[in-house]
Amino acid sequence: MPTFNLKINNKTHTVETDMDTPLLWVLRDKLDMVGTKFGCGIGQCGACTIHVDGNAMRSCLLQVSQAEGMNITTIEGLSENGDHPVQEAWEEVDVPQCGYCQAGQIMTASAFLKSNPNPSDSEIRNAMHGNICRCAAYNSIEEAVKVASKKIS
Amino acid sequence: MTPSNKITFSRRSFLKSSALASGGMIIGFNLFNACKSDVKPSIDLSQLNYNDFNAFIKISPEGKVTIFSPNPEIGQGVKTSMPMLIAEELDVLWSDVYVKQGALDNKNFARQVAGGSQSIRHSWLPLRQTGATAKQMLINAAAAKWGVDASECSAKEGIITNANGETFSYGDVVNEAAILEVPENIELKKPKDFTIIGQNTANVDLDKIVTGKPLFGLDYKEEGMVYASVLRPPAFGEILESFDATEAKAIPGVLDVITIGENARNFIKKGYVSWTSIISGTDKVVVIADNTWSAIKGKNAIKATWKKESPLESTESHDKILLDLLDGTKFSTRRSDGNVKKAFAEADKILERTFESPFLPHNCMEPMNFFANVTADKIHLVGPTQTPAESAKVASALLDRDITEVHVEMTRMGGGFGRRLYSDFIIEATDVSNTIKKPVKMVSTREDDMTTGVYRPAIKYKISASIKEGKLTGYHLKEAAINGNMYGLIPNFFPAAAIDNYQVDTANYKSNITTGAWRAPYTNFLASAEQSFFDELAEALEVDRIQLHMDLLENAKNNPEPNIEYSPDRLQGVIKLAVEKSNWGKSKDGVYQGFSVYYCHNTHVAEVADIRMKNGIPIVEKVTCAVDCGIVVNPLGALNQIKGGVIDGIGHTMYSDFSFKDGIPQSNNFNAYQLIRMGQTPQVDVHFVESDIDPTGLGEPTFPPIGAAIANAVYAATGKRLYKQPYMSNMVLEKVVG
Ligand code: FES
Ligand code: FES
Repeated sequence: MPTFNLKINNKTHTVETDMDTPLLWVLRDKLDMVGTKFGCGIGQCGACTIHVDGNAMRSCLLQVSQAEGMNITTIEGLSENGDHPVQEAWEEVDVPQCGYCQAGQIMTASAFLKSNPNPSDSEIRNAMHGNICRCAAYNSIEEAVKVASKKIS
Repeated sequence: MTPSNKITFSRRSFLKSSALASGGMIIGFNLFNACKSDVKPSIDLSQLNYNDFNAFIKISPEGKVTIFSPNPEIGQGVKTSMPMLIAEELDVLWSDVYVKQGALDNKNFARQVAGGSQSIRHSWLPLRQTGATAKQMLINAAAAKWGVDASECSAKEGIITNANGETFSYGDVVNEAAILEVPENIELKKPKDFTIIGQNTANVDLDKIVTGKPLFGLDYKEEGMVYASVLRPPAFGEILESFDATEAKAIPGVLDVITIGENARNFIKKGYVSWTSIISGTDKVVVIADNTWSAIKGKNAIKATWKKESPLESTESHDKILLDLLDGTKFSTRRSDGNVKKAFAEADKILERTFESPFLPHNCMEPMNFFANVTADKIHLVGPTQTPAESAKVASALLDRDITEVHVEMTRMGGGFGRRLYSDFIIEATDVSNTIKKPVKMVSTREDDMTTGVYRPAIKYKISASIKEGKLTGYHLKEAAINGNMYGLIPNFFPAAAIDNYQVDTANYKSNITTGAWRAPYTNFLASAEQSFFDELAEALEVDRIQLHMDLLENAKNNPEPNIEYSPDRLQGVIKLAVEKSNWGKSKDGVYQGFSVYYCHNTHVAEVADIRMKNGIPIVEKVTCAVDCGIVVNPLGALNQIKGGVIDGIGHTMYSDFSFKDGIPQSNNFNAYQLIRMGQTPQVDVHFVESDIDPTGLGEPTFPPIGAAIANAVYAATGKRLYKQPYMSNMVLEKVVG
């Protein structure tokens, strides 16, 4: 099997895996970073969202062979101590219900706020539209994005 | 009626304590049943045995309290709210309280089920009693040390004070308290003295969730664990005929391809029947791999042929069957008051409407999965389940092993909604591990999950009302459902007792499609149907729809009937609150309102939906939700559940559709099945009726009424009544979500 060098959370990891393996499963099964979640496998739910060179991407659609040489950040590496403004906002608002979708929501929100620190309400709704929350914690997610935006801007 | 009247347990023996070898006090307690007289909690923390106790409280010499809470968490926040009850009566600072999910080696955990919004209702008294008893033991120990009477001492926030103003912290006296006699008849606090109950308290796993720590079943790993992907028949009614695994075996990472099925068939033959053991007699092909992706890829590469074993059913034929049932005579009568036949015969006007709903998959965000390690002396199961005790029974029956050999550990669950009440995934994981003699994680994909589910059954209602001289004289509700009918209790919900001539009949069609409990079973659609009907009924009666409800509830008050489940007063209370807070009848230009009220799962709820039409499509802007759930234990958690229930309800009544053709589910992932997304959600404005009545659950009751509130608002805006869910077809939906 081929090997790949991946730069994840500022560390280089070497993994041996089939080249079509989605980064999602490399993270979860080979590198023990299980914060990135599996929800649909087809890019529809956002549970697997990570940052690739600062942009939110679906790790279930990104093959490991495409990820080489890119700067990858997962929920585990979003901040040293869980104190990224988005994480703090999520705690303040007590967003999670079951919590399963929340890593993906946080990764989408943090990439979005980096490019648009002062979004309008409808920009927030558009940005978060790709992330499903089956527990329907949407009111809280929306509020937390606003709280985070105040912290950032 | 307060639920607490129904709980009885012996105060004398529900709690036992020991001094821990490592210092501190450990209290083991049982909810609902007595502890064995000769058993005390282990003095070694690593040996806590959940056969003898449901849960434990440890109080350390530093005064820190750890609650080993066994109750599963599925987003209802019980892992947070249940410890709040103990901490309240124990009188410690919430910041000194830690919660650990307990593992389970057990035979008899009463109601260790998260479902039915029951957890908080059943534990309200026992958990407080436990906290209060422990506090008294600490006070007694301090009093003995001082040589004073315990009645002269009091405790607050972990500090015991005597009449001279001397103090001990709990930690100072834990070792002495641990070996004291357990006191009886401890008085509980009055609701006005609560300091923790009623406070906003964040989810205890919050930190771990936002930093991506392993918490869920899918995150669990053990040394040497392999992954299993299970190929199940594509159609309900088919079983495996043959398969070719050549291609699958060539995939890197694939370790083995096996079949399971024999054990499950024996298990059926032996007559082990449990409502949770959804199983099929088919053989299943299982691909074992050293990682999830290879297992899934391997499963997709299996070439299988299937043969028909029973009819391959379709939604089209179900629709016809159910409508025929509604028009037929094969009903069982669930409740009959007065003389409905006569009322209808004498009526000068009859309103009759039919309401229809589809099958629905649960679609928990975390797909079904479970870890199993079957060895010579033990069956170790780890994962997300709503019924750990039942899981243990099923695993032991499947492999004919003694129940005491089964050890179940619960992880956090990525959603339950009823799906994790069933044990199919536990049966598969256990069977696979037993076959390959390895620790294994069975992982379903979204497609597996959606197409081999335990669905909310399709149901249709025909509701009719007889009207004479402008007055409502009779009400007749008929249900035609697939695989099961409404519970016995539901015919005792509103409007039972409010209408003199009242009848509920049910008819049933048995299908081979697996169906079961789904968030707010039965009421999830029944409330939509009835409350839409009432809107139309008010119009036919030419009365205001709010007034109609208030009047009917007055009737119910004057008709005291012991089997009635709801409280007419509390329903009137939520109606008034919703009317006031929603500015009912005074909405802005272009905003149309719809009203709905319902009682179910022990909680009373009224909702008003504000919608605006945009390009012919309803946009739900706001929902006002008035709730009477008794004392609100954790307002923050309660708000989350209420808002989630309302928005989930909007999603499923408006957008989610599911159908079958020749036994095959017609959608298998989120590209073909709509779950509500942020852009489609309203702000939910929640108001509680102030109350000091014992608390009731919130996981379910705000879901059922919302469908009717939306339908009634759409009627107000367009003059068009909605009878069939989901209200918006997928085609229209594309216009909305793009
Ligand atoms: S798992 Fe990647 S988008 Fe759903
Ligand atoms: S919190 Fe459960 S899926 Fe979002």
